[in-house]
Amino acid sequence: MTPADTTKRVLMLHAGVIAALFLAQFVLPEYHHGVLARVMVLAAYATGYTLLFGYTGLLSLGHAMFFAAGLYGAGLTVYHLGWSPPAGFGAGIAAGLVLSVMVGFVALRTTGVAFMIVTMMLAQAVYLASLYFGEWTRGDEGIVLTQAMRTFEIAGATIDLSLPDERFNAALILYACSLLICLAVVRAPLGRVMVAIRENEDRTRMLGYDTFQAKLMALALSGTLSAAAGASYALLFGYAGSTFASIHYSIYPLLWVLLGGAATTLGPLIGTLAITYMIDVTSGFTSAYLLLVGVMLVLLVLWSPNGLLGALRDRKLAWLP
Amino acid sequence: MAALEPLLTTRSLSRRFGGLQAVANVDFQVQRGEIRAIIGPNGAGKTTLVSLVCGRIPASEGTIVFEGEDITGLPAHTRVLRGIAYTFQITSVFANLTCHDNVALAVQRTLLSKQRWGRLDRHALTAEVMAALERVGIADLAAVPAGKLSYGHQRLLEVAMGLALNPRLLILDEPTQGLSDAEIASFCDLVRTIAEEATILLIEHNMHVVMSLAHAITVMNNGAILAEGDPASISANADVQQAYLGG
Ligand SMILES: Nc1ncnc2c1ncn2[C@@H]1O[C@H](COP(=O)(O)OP(=O)(O)OP(=O)(O)O)[C@@H](O)[C@H]1O
Ligand SMILES: [Mg+2]
Repeated sequence: MTPADTTKRVLMLHAGVIAALFLAQFVLPEYHHGVLARVMVLAAYATGYTLLFGYTGLLSLGHAMFFAAGLYGAGLTVYHLGWSPPAGFGAGIAAGLVLSVMVGFVALRTTGVAFMIVTMMLAQAVYLASLYFGEWTRGDEGIVLTQAMRTFEIAGATIDLSLPDERFNAALILYACSLLICLAVVRAPLGRVMVAIRENEDRTRMLGYDTFQAKLMALALSGTLSAAAGASYALLFGYAGSTFASIHYSIYPLLWVLLGGAATTLGPLIGTLAITYMIDVTSGFTSAYLLLVGVMLVLLVLWSPNGLLGALRDRKLAWLP
Repeated sequence: MAALEPLLTTRSLSRRFGGLQAVANVDFQVQRGEIRAIIGPNGAGKTTLVSLVCGRIPASEGTIVFEGEDITGLPAHTRVLRGIAYTFQITSVFANLTCHDNVALAVQRTLLSKQRWGRLDRHALTAEVMAALERVGIADLAAVPAGKLSYGHQRLLEVAMGLALNPRLLILDEPTQGLSDAEIASFCDLVRTIAEEATILLIEHNMHVVMSLAHAITVMNNGAILAEGDPASISANADVQQAYLGG
């Protein structure tokens, strides 16, 4: 297969996935329609996460801070300042970009376990800040964005993000953009350097690459995509609370990505979808559902350490990005 | 005057590891276009000295001048762009990537530094990758993951990655370790052709290789330079015989 053939296949696969998600809204029953909208937002978060974890090999245990930066960047400006949803979305992205660059300068001085701990501590600080400034954030209780706050006009059309169809398609646009950005990055020179750093940082430096700069770019991209997902979450589901800044929301993307396939572009979607439905189904008949899901995850990861798509790539489809 | 200036000069270069003086006050010069061998017993400080030159390890004291400029404070990746390439003594390739992709990382670096912004030219990339693999004689292994290669072939891949950086100074740290006699012979031919474009700093234990390739030899012992000269004078040197050649 020539490189041009590979490119064609890769583009067709990704376009196909986006088209399938678009068509799903016409056939899914109402309940699953809503679940899929949520899954797409969270998959966009996981896609941002895997740029850092899967491709660059940096395991962050604090990505909830970037998700929360977007969530509050959008939520607070819309709620308190009366900004329109698009402006709030912009504020969320800007908050994520600024935070991830700052975190990068601190955390990227460390590697391995120290990096995990530093990112976890910084995220804990963000979580505590969201509780401390309860006057504005209402802490755990959170703020609720009303339907009016989530409605805006663009080119003469009124868009109400609290309606199921608008919400679904906005989530799809977010996910599609995240996926295509991720794909473009990993196929670009920067993406090759990220993988090289993951495989052997010392060697990468001795090939003339500024590895700190490359890692900072990966972290900024990853944090900003995570924030875009957080901002969308606040606007589409009308809620911003401290739970989303907690350690759980740092662990979830790791689990989604591990299950779906860490260094794959589509693995985050598959992992998020699978785990969401695993929790959905098991919580229906047992209160120990998290334990059950945990056991299933361990078994799956033991069976295929590279996740579902990673296994597929190793065995059959070597061209998967 | 500039033409006579050495390519590389170190002045009172030192490096300590805790209490151990791995490189001690070394004044060392490499002339343009030469093949310089560094020999010495295990632990003499050869790898540490060249690591200071390429920037993998920071110096404790002293200065390093390359092409007339003080590079002592420059990070390793900038030194690579200035033309210093290092091939690792302990093979350090990207085991999970194919040989092609290993070399492509080096080629990408040189292509991008030439054209700064803009798209990478895929055809130029592939052509240069294959040219580098062909020079070391492993072009047929381009699609094989580097980790699956024999040790000797991994050494050759290291050299291909170094070559693809278009270096002015290519540092080879024990490149023939693990190669068969036939492979060593063709490797020596390769080094001679590289030497037409680049200056070579060769750390080598195989005395046959050293004597057939080197224009000049530096002998190290206990972190210091014990002797320096052309191959004939070094093999006749009594101190060297005692310290290294087993007297
Ligand atoms: N990173 C390090 N930390 C501590 N000690 C080191 C380190 N690197 C090298 N040394 C020590 O410095 C001394 C010089 O080591 P170096 O690797 O430069 O020797 P060498 O001449 O390359 O030897 P060889 O022929 O075995 O490769 C040795 O005693 C070694 O143990
Ligand atoms: Mg050595």
